[in-house]
Amino acid sequence: MDSLTWIAVTSIVMAGLTTGFGTMGPALAEGRAVATALSSLAQQPDASATITRTLFVGLAMIESTAIYCFVVSMILIFANPFWNAAVTAATQAAGK
Amino acid sequence: MRLTPDAWIFWQYGFFKLNATIVFTWALMTVLVLGAALITRRLSTGHQRSRWQNLLEIVVTAIVGQIKDVGLQQPLRYLSFLGTLFLFIAAAALATVIPGYEPPTASLSTTVALALCVLVAVPLFGIWGQGLVGYLKSYMQPTPIMLPFNLISEVSRTLALAVRLFGNMMSGAMIIAILLSITPFVFPILMTVLGLLTGMVQAYIFTILAAVYIAAATRTSKAANNPSSTSDT
Repeated sequence: MDSLTWIAVTSIVMAGLTTGFGTMGPALAEGRAVATALSSLAQQPDASATITRTLFVGLAMIESTAIYCFVVSMILIFANPFWNAAVTAATQAAGK
Repeated sequence: MRLTPDAWIFWQYGFFKLNATIVFTWALMTVLVLGAALITRRLSTGHQRSRWQNLLEIVVTAIVGQIKDVGLQQPLRYLSFLGTLFLFIAAAALATVIPGYEPPTASLSTTVALALCVLVAVPLFGIWGQGLVGYLKSYMQPTPIMLPFNLISEVSRTLALAVRLFGNMMSGAMIIAILLSITPFVFPILMTVLGLLTGMVQAYIFTILAAVYIAAATRTSKAANNPSSTSDT
């Protein structure tokens, strides 16, 4: 296989692996956070406003790690700099 | 397939490009400013008031209450900045129900600009709140060893704010575009509804995080019942 194919294969496989492994940790962490928040809500229903607000902020922070992985995969698929460089190099070599 | 609305160019003359991000940002600004101006032209304090005035009062009261809940004791001082952030991001997310519209917050340039506003506003409010020396001393808390880490957290949380909003809004548009090519009719509508919820939550998160950073800089949140004020992601 030539280098262009290798770049494509590596990018696609790594995009899947990045999102797959990158969402595992945040999924477990969000489950723990929601479970803890629910048990505290059951114990103290009066503090529901504070608990819910803190839960939302915390969930967004946890989720942002998964979002970073998703952004990296999207860049690998749709805006891959190595792929663009290889394509321009190949077209220059072909046009020479 | 476009990753961001930056690549959707309406008009180009030499160096100047008028892409979808700028156009939709201008449209949102026009709608927000003209709408607010039209509504607030005839305000009343009596029992007879228009339903639009009721809407604006609900929004403003809710934002003030949330700012006060974070721990900022004088919410009106911060209302103009934080309320503008919330209204712009929420309007950008809510307008996705209009066909042909792409949220300008799905472009990294918009979200970086918003995060840079927060980066500049936090020291300004901090200096306003406790003076220049007092604010600079807050970088030495709890010990002077923490100075480089406090500086790093200033930069990293700005990056996190920008990439979080960009990733959420971009992923919503991207997932709808992918689903349209797989299951065309019903399922993208459900994802659009989910995207509306995500957009509102992200607008809320962005505003609350900015308020938490300002509260940490002005050091009015001495109340220990707010654990999110110590985080710096």
